[in-house]
Amino acid sequence: MGAHRPGNAPPEGRQMSHDPAHSGPAPAVGPVSLGPEAHVMVGNADKFINWCRKSSLWYLLFATACCGIELMQTGASRYDLDRFGAVFRATPRQSDLMIVAGTITHKMAERLIRLYEQMPEPKYVISMGSCANTGGPFYKDSYCVVKGVDLLIPVDVYVPGCPPRPEALIDGILKLQKIIEQKRNFAAKA
Amino acid sequence: MEPKAIFEAVKGKFGEAVVELQEEGFRPAFVVVSPESVREISLFLRDDPAMKFDSLMCLSGVDYKDRFAVAYHLHSLEIGHRIGVKAYLPREAPSLPSVDGVWPAANFQEREAFDLYGIVFPGSKDLRRILLPEDWVGYPLRKDYKYPEFYHGIKV
Repeated sequence: MGAHRPGNAPPEGRQMSHDPAHSGPAPAVGPVSLGPEAHVMVGNADKFINWCRKSSLWYLLFATACCGIELMQTGASRYDLDRFGAVFRATPRQSDLMIVAGTITHKMAERLIRLYEQMPEPKYVISMGSCANTGGPFYKDSYCVVKGVDLLIPVDVYVPGCPPRPEALIDGILKLQKIIEQKRNFAAKA
Repeated sequence: MEPKAIFEAVKGKFGEAVVELQEEGFRPAFVVVSPESVREISLFLRDDPAMKFDSLMCLSGVDYKDRFAVAYHLHSLEIGHRIGVKAYLPREAPSLPSVDGVWPAANFQEREAFDLYGIVFPGSKDLRRILLPEDWVGYPLRKDYKYPEFYHGIKV
């Protein structure tokens, strides 16, 4: 909280203003621009930055199979992913999170890697559904399906299901938020 | 028209190029023709006023292990009858004339047969791989296809 400056007590019965222009002449020392009641939060910078990051996880639209339908459901009004600050972006350059929703073929793998590389740091990946996790029903005998998206890019959270229900995807995003909360951006890495 | 009557009409027009009628177990029945005459027979089936097969429903490649085949499923929207046409191909260098000038819809399906079976369609407007990457090696739906170990460094 802002400190009272000596010799400049506020008048009786008057609400204090946050505007420095209404609080009398500024003293010679101290934080000039902050008024007597300027709201200052003192805390951990890591905590603040992680809170910002986890609360605006903009995800890239990357739906290659039926998981994409569940992803649309999750984003739509009934499950409403917006309440976690997660909205979809149609370009990797504005995205923090890639939700790999669907089967990845070898032909698509190159595009997936290129999209991932275009995303700015810090970036996160949720692998959604059996196909993206392990190849799913195509694991045993397929020449064209990549057996798990973790062969291509690093994955933070795996969401099982074929396809996962929207609740499961939301749980995955909450798990990712927990991971982001634990990140340390400034302290020496343990 | 019944398959038998269609077969008789095509046989009467093209003679030796029409081999047999396969009725058992197929619906519609297949008229087996020689691969070289596929284009002429297709034009006849499309343009003859008694046939009017204006729709190519499906074009598929088949691997019978000792030989390949290309099967055409035709439907006449105007008359409402159907017929299948089939041409057998040798296992070595399978090739038969393209029909994408007869039915434009044939192009994508010929490309698919080329992509997955390696059947070549000379005279096609645009014969490229359609599903697999351009640099893929081999034709995966052949019975003797061996899976590659890696593709671009990623395990298959």
